[in-house]
Amino acid sequence: MNPTLLERLVSLRRQLESEKCDATAGERIVIQVGSATCENAAGSRGIREEFRKYIAASGRSDIALHDVGCTGRCSLEPIVGILRPGERAVKYQQVSREGVHRIFTDHVLRGQPVAELILDGTQKCESRYEVIFCKGERCGNLAARTLQARLRESLEKRGVAADTVQIRGVNFADLCPGESKFQGGHFLVRPGNHMYHVSSEADLERVITEHLLGDRPITELTISEQPIGQNFFELYGDVSFFNRQSRIALRNSGIIDPSSLREYLDAGGFHSLALALAANDPEAIIAEITASKLRGRGGGGFPTGSKWQMARREPGEEKYIICNADEGDPGAFMDRSMLEGDPFSIVEGMTIGGFAIGAQRGFFYVRAEYPLAIERIENALGECRRCGLLGENILGSGFSFDMEIRLGAGAFVCGEETALIHSIEGERGQPRVRPPYPSRSGLWGKPTVINNVETFANIPVILEHGAEWFGHIGSAKSGGTKVFALAGKVNHTGLVEVPIGTTLREIVMEIGGGCPKGKRFKAVQTGGPAGGCIPAAHADIAIDFDTLTAMGSIMGSGGMIIMDEDDCMVDIAKFFMKFSADESCGKCTPCREGTKRMLEILERITAGQGRPEDLGNLERLGLLMKRASLCGLGRAAANPVLSTMRHYHDEYEAHIQERRCPAKRCTTLVRYSILADRCVGCTACARNCPVNCIAGAAKQPHIIDPERCIRCGRCYSVCRFSAVERT
Amino acid sequence: MSRFHPNHSLQQQVMEQSRAMLPADIVEYIEAVRNRPHPDSQLISVLHKVQHHFGHLDRTHMDAVAHLLGVPAAKISGVATFYHFFRLTPRGQYVINVCMGTACYVKGADKVLEKIREELGIDLGETTRDGLFSLEESRCLGTCGLAPVLMINEEVHAKVSPEQIPALLHKYASQPRAAAKERG
Repeated sequence: MNPTLLERLVSLRRQLESEKCDATAGERIVIQVGSATCENAAGSRGIREEFRKYIAASGRSDIALHDVGCTGRCSLEPIVGILRPGERAVKYQQVSREGVHRIFTDHVLRGQPVAELILDGTQKCESRYEVIFCKGERCGNLAARTLQARLRESLEKRGVAADTVQIRGVNFADLCPGESKFQGGHFLVRPGNHMYHVSSEADLERVITEHLLGDRPITELTISEQPIGQNFFELYGDVSFFNRQSRIALRNSGIIDPSSLREYLDAGGFHSLALALAANDPEAIIAEITASKLRGRGGGGFPTGSKWQMARREPGEEKYIICNADEGDPGAFMDRSMLEGDPFSIVEGMTIGGFAIGAQRGFFYVRAEYPLAIERIENALGECRRCGLLGENILGSGFSFDMEIRLGAGAFVCGEETALIHSIEGERGQPRVRPPYPSRSGLWGKPTVINNVETFANIPVILEHGAEWFGHIGSAKSGGTKVFALAGKVNHTGLVEVPIGTTLREIVMEIGGGCPKGKRFKAVQTGGPAGGCIPAAHADIAIDFDTLTAMGSIMGSGGMIIMDEDDCMVDIAKFFMKFSADESCGKCTPCREGTKRMLEILERITAGQGRPEDLGNLERLGLLMKRASLCGLGRAAANPVLSTMRHYHDEYEAHIQERRCPAKRCTTLVRYSILADRCVGCTACARNCPVNCIAGAAKQPHIIDPERCIRCGRCYSVCRFSAVERT
Repeated sequence: MSRFHPNHSLQQQVMEQSRAMLPADIVEYIEAVRNRPHPDSQLISVLHKVQHHFGHLDRTHMDAVAHLLGVPAAKISGVATFYHFFRLTPRGQYVINVCMGTACYVKGADKVLEKIREELGIDLGETTRDGLFSLEESRCLGTCGLAPVLMINEEVHAKVSPEQIPALLHKYASQPRAAAKERG
């Protein structure tokens, strides 16, 4: 153990502090504005400028603007946070220019939160203290539940009103530090963020009398170590979308300034790297990662520890480590969010990985479609080099490591590891036969480890808090959490990080809030074009690599597209097959020809020209591609078709046998007609029809000419009397 | 190179011409990477820079890169045609990129695309006759929470509906040409 390394990290932190006095320091009012691609698209740049003007006009020097990454509450962006010293943080949603005015004048200047703009409207309770208990559902530590009941009883007995103390139960102490986990219970008292560890009733009584009723926090009962999720909960704990999540990989996203190394260090950053370098035992790191049951988050789910071990055992001095940030799955954006919101943690994870396997160079392979992410990584690498956290002799440990960014150029197949290697080498991104696996012969023929962004984001936390703790979160075979990108027909779109083993229903219905407009939740598509559809009837399965595979889908990188009753499963299968056919690199025949032929069959079926033998042919082609294709893209390309055929066979039958689309999505199979008894003759449909196929005088029922109708559906959407029928 | 050009001065002449074809910063970049290990691995980043500067990859530019980087022109052509991001024909002043990712698709991106086609009278991969708009589709812009989205040059537009399209296009068409940013 070399203790000077940790000291160097501490002095670096001090040095950076003196360099720049910024937003979070001291007794200042902080205005947090999100700054990620999605936030910017929602207009956060204008909002930030507006706040800047207001601050300048107010002439106050104690108000600071603070850029943060995105928290993943996409549909309600731009999100703004106001942190007044000593008060609870308040987050606002969909802030407009007028919103800026109200937030600034009422809340920032006068301390009166603007109630109707508060994120998710869940912060209605205005009690003096809030006590948050962990329900302990994941780790099985139920001691806190007893404590919660005792506290409630005790407060009732004393006649303490609800506006003084509020009690809430969430699932967050998953994130409590490992050692103290199974003795007594934990709860958090806010404001002030006091995390108590209480093992007896007498202690609980003390907290009530001294802290909750006497306003004197009891320092000897608070735990010194902060749970990982604490900063996150301080900011977002009131929002129901967030307080059911366990943020580990996303621990800093939306909290720290992604361009500030100092803030990352303040959040405990690079401590794991310093520990790892000080211990100077790469084998121990790999053993720890293996024990944590961390599986690759890019889709394959290969145990990370084993992958590292294989590369470490290979002879030779020259080895490489690559971060796969070629997030090409349509519907997945967690990697982008992590790179934009917390780039330093990925750099740290990769450096630790490089040290563990014995690599001196690393590569970020990033999609060219993510310019902001590229900018943030570039900045992070520059800052780390400047401060001696990358380059020669890192922190004086003798270990040298550096990395560079390589851009993708829009080829989905480059997410496959051998294709990615070819792309970094400057070649066409086509895969090759494995074995040899990259861990033996990868980039320029040298042993190479390729991991996904999210995998790297987990590494520092595992080393900091231990494999046992990480393994407890999650399922028996797979440790930790998984970030899912929730999108499609769901009320709350955004990033959801939950322990592996959480049920699909919990994610879609509780966190996601179900489908909009009261529509029926029909299915979830997981894993992008390589995944499959899981019907709502199976929503109670615990999500894990193996359970999803058993359902005919895959975990993939974590995209989750929710579909409601209006979505046609044959159409969705066609959509993915078109994607795979376009993206097939053409190297092997089963994939190149198979995707094309399957697409033709699906196009025929959705156009109402399906033949009885089509289903058999689809299945035969799909299984053939699964067995004979060269790489993962081809082997998985049939999954969307095979899984929808398995779970929605009746929909395929309806298209082929009855020439009918049950979801009324396939335009050529839909017929429009006007119900004479409902039509009031307002002429709206006739005026909007692009081909003038609707006849009828004003105030008389109208008629659609089915021969000329192009089934665009415009009459259906403009009719205010539900008189247009779609069959 | 010298194997193919025994005439030393001819080779120098070709290199001079290639240098003149490309902007100075790209030439400098290529010459810097040639001194580092695995210079050919920088081919994709060089093509990114060339496309960023000219808007597309022209045959003459690719040939110049071939000479300067020491990579066969056939290989450059192979790489440029393999990746979707690279364009071999000039594009309009405004490139409209409609996201056709899954989230956007289930939220009606196909109808948005249809409306743009109708408004501009061009199909995917085409450019309007006045050179103002090009229409392209994208795999996924990664802003699925705001679906459906489209990007016009570098600007992302969230939650677009077919009804908003005419006004949106008009806004760009009426901007003074000089004010338009360099295309990405």
